[in-house]
Amino acid sequence: MVKKILAKSYVYLILLLMYVPIIVLIIFSFTNSDNVGTWNGFTLELYPRLFKNEAIMKAVGNTIIIAVISAIVSTVLGTLGAIGTFYAKKRTRAVIENITQIPVVNSEIVIALSLTFMFVFFGTYIFRTEIFSFWTILIGHVVLSVPFVYLNVKPKLTQMDPSLYEAAINLGCSPRQALNKVIFPQIKPGIISGFMLAITLSLDDFIVTAFTSGPGLLSGAGKIETISTFIQSVIKKKVVPNELRALATLIFICVVVATILTTIYQKYQRPEYKMKYKSSDMVIKRNFRILVISTVCLLVTIALVAIILGMF
Amino acid sequence: MKIRFQRKYLCIPYFLFLILFIILPILFIIYYAFTDGNGNFTWDALIDFFTNTNKLNVLLMSLMFSMLNTIVCLLIGYPIAYILSNSKLNKNATIVMLFVMPMWINFVLRTWATRDVLNWIGLGGGDYPYLATMIGLVYNYLPFVILPLYNVMLKLDRQQIEAALDLGCNRIQVFTKSIIPQSIPGVVSAAMMVFMPTMSSYVISDVLSEGKVVLFGNSIYLSFSNNQWNIGSFISLFMLLLVGISMLISRNFTEKDDKKESSRW
Repeated sequence: MVKKILAKSYVYLILLLMYVPIIVLIIFSFTNSDNVGTWNGFTLELYPRLFKNEAIMKAVGNTIIIAVISAIVSTVLGTLGAIGTFYAKKRTRAVIENITQIPVVNSEIVIALSLTFMFVFFGTYIFRTEIFSFWTILIGHVVLSVPFVYLNVKPKLTQMDPSLYEAAINLGCSPRQALNKVIFPQIKPGIISGFMLAITLSLDDFIVTAFTSGPGLLSGAGKIETISTFIQSVIKKKVVPNELRALATLIFICVVVATILTTIYQKYQRPEYKMKYKSSDMVIKRNFRILVISTVCLLVTIALVAIILGMF
Repeated sequence: MKIRFQRKYLCIPYFLFLILFIILPILFIIYYAFTDGNGNFTWDALIDFFTNTNKLNVLLMSLMFSMLNTIVCLLIGYPIAYILSNSKLNKNATIVMLFVMPMWINFVLRTWATRDVLNWIGLGGGDYPYLATMIGLVYNYLPFVILPLYNVMLKLDRQQIEAALDLGCNRIQVFTKSIIPQSIPGVVSAAMMVFMPTMSSYVISDVLSEGKVVLFGNSIYLSFSNNQWNIGSFISLFMLLLVGISMLISRNFTEKDDKKESSRW
């Protein structure tokens, strides 16, 4: 019994320690001091100031644009690549799979450096101009995430029943139709998880963006800043705007909501639930209801907490 | 002539992308590592790397930090994975999820948060660069250890453990003779997830030690921003080699596991 309590408290202690930094930031996002550790009384002023801070908002916008576009590109490229490789000759498949492993095991900084050298070389000898821009960042992020899309789609292809495609062809589908109507629906879960992984990799990336960044997007003529590079540069300059604490809080809320939603989604993907709600329509309806309810609950809680805190 | 659509043609754009943006850049690194500014072949970067005490210090420091980080993460994470894999399933899956959740927050943001908290409690990088970097590294890599260990521990052969108990092993013997050997693949993959990334980490050591701890990642970044392409390339090539070697070593341990499971994730 004592052993059990000890074991439990050890787990919860480490778990608590994992959340200390982020909880501290959240608490101090409700005061306007310059540093964590000094409490200037409760205020919500950091939140409106966050949305008025142009530099931070631009960084957030850039991050989201890059994440979405690079995730879409790598999902399309990786999925088509996985399908094509699956039906290619054995030797081609071996070559492609081995190359796919390289960015997975390689360190990010080596990927970033090698890409940058290549871009500089292309810029000086082929294009005769500086080519660092949104496109170079996009290529960098796609290199990071495309192998993971491939590796998520591949197992779904192996699990697929190969005779279904042939049945579709025999029943009069063109190869293209068979691809759209038979293969894609079966590998959809793999594509979705690959897409999600690509988005998170891009959102989290610092090194590749820092190396391959150039002017463009919301930054206009300045270098494109994402959340990661923005925070790193203000830390270097030792003038960290305290609005960033409000941003951290909002990001944390988004992460919590996303985690809850994925947990729910995975729960309803399990066979026992699929049996319970026989048609997929019902699952979608139920998921949608849960999604709406949980979002509303969360918003109400945040509003309530804000109101209660505002009264003091 | 109309080319007939075939499924295998779908991999052509992917293949071209891999060649152009993965293979070609590595060739560039190899080229720059063994040439000087004018494009003549030279061993300068290699000689500089192995004779310059600065660079050797970086190598030693990186190895030390990586080793220490791997050991500390395993020491903290192993019991957690074991405890969580042991009892009621549903609730513990949620706790594992809670351990992984901080990973989804932007990691520069997390590192900055760690730095602020460490500064607040007086363990800031200004006074304790090594300790602060170590704390940051462990904080960042702990989830990467817990996850693979937890997955392996879920598959532990409980009957073998019970048999060992029945046959007169005491708790410690069960642990050393049954649980540890069974969980070796998890330990190896966890170590892989920590060791190499720590060597090449840049942000954590830079932000938390205020530039005082220089790991391989920082060294590559510095040589890039100082326009020392050849040295930067050589260090990168060296890193690539280390990654290759460690992959080969770990493959020996996990091969049996891979055959059972076709999916990596």
